[in-house]
Amino acid sequence: MTNELSDLSRDLIAVRDHRDREAFGRLFDHFAPRLKAMMLRGGLTGGSAEDLVQDVMLSVWHKAAQFDPHRADAAGWIYGIARNRRIDLARRKPLSQPEEMPDMPSLEPDAGQVLALQQEAGHLAAALSRLAPEQADALRAAYFEDLPHSRISEMTGLPLGTIKSRIRLGLERLRHELRSIAP
Amino acid sequence: MTHIDHHISDDLIDAYRAGRLPHAFSVVVAAHLSLCDECRARHEARDMIGGALLNRAEAATISAGARDRMMAALDTPPPPPAPRGSGVFPAPVMAELKGRPPRWRMLGGGIRQQILSADRSGSLRLLYIPPGKAVPEHGHRGLELTLVLQGSFVDSEGAFRRGDVETAHDDIDHQPVAGPGAPCICLAATDAPLRFHAMLPRLLQPMFRI
Repeated sequence: MTNELSDLSRDLIAVRDHRDREAFGRLFDHFAPRLKAMMLRGGLTGGSAEDLVQDVMLSVWHKAAQFDPHRADAAGWIYGIARNRRIDLARRKPLSQPEEMPDMPSLEPDAGQVLALQQEAGHLAAALSRLAPEQADALRAAYFEDLPHSRISEMTGLPLGTIKSRIRLGLERLRHELRSIAP
Repeated sequence: MTHIDHHISDDLIDAYRAGRLPHAFSVVVAAHLSLCDECRARHEARDMIGGALLNRAEAATISAGARDRMMAALDTPPPPPAPRGSGVFPAPVMAELKGRPPRWRMLGGGIRQQILSADRSGSLRLLYIPPGKAVPEHGHRGLELTLVLQGSFVDSEGAFRRGDVETAHDDIDHQPVAGPGAPCICLAATDAPLRFHAMLPRLLQPMFRI
């Protein structure tokens, strides 16, 4: 199964299962500069952007037990943590969080489902790389600055068809995952 | 997991994810995401897109020593675990209840409520409606989200069971009636005080803050 996972997801699983500091170091090297770019784009200044990156990566270390490669790849899971931490900075009360899915250490990973999710992530990345620069920029505005998606299409007249069909495929798959995890 | 017919809109999911919802609404969304596979998948698929964008982001320069500080910080104790759901109340509701069972206030006619939070941005409460009982007919000045946690209710918009969310805008005058069987327990968020039509409930409104 591990051959089919991205290196990043494999490192995150090593952190989850073995508290592997070297693997965590590799995740830091990849994600910290990108998370900082995301925070800068979201309006934070250098010092506070970097503080938040440290905070996000520490959460990655502490919450790794919740990483489930059936439902997300490393980048998607870490993005979700970063989004929440950044929002909590701006809110009076921390953002209310959905219930964590039950741990499933006893369950044998389903290689087929993990691979399908990983492939979907690959399709997503490929679809993103085919977008015109202004379209990609509008998407980054939505995901890094959190402009409403409707505003994004207003601003650019953006045809998000490809992405949306990817979302739909991803959804379908994730829905099956969730159903099998939480009957 | 039970079958859920009434979901939340993409706009609500996006607003929740962006931190743009008042607290009361964000709790209802988080509670629905705890019960509904389909909306949870829509929510998590958006994180996958965010992750794909993150992977492609241009790397910013990290200051010298940041990596060493990071590795040294790994020995700090982990934060306390997130609250867990209990009974019919999913984790985000238990967090609002501070881990305790509800402390109901009687509203008359067997209807009970507990206000979980109330401020200028909106109010959040739990409602308990005995089978067959109606919540007084009401309109409201803004948005109302109602999530069923136990039992069911029916109104002009349809039938709502555990996990279903009714999204009511100020153009809807509705009179929910609890279905047969178990009492209906709902989590309801509004961004403005409710307006009741009957004289008596209107008089009671300031007293009970419904």
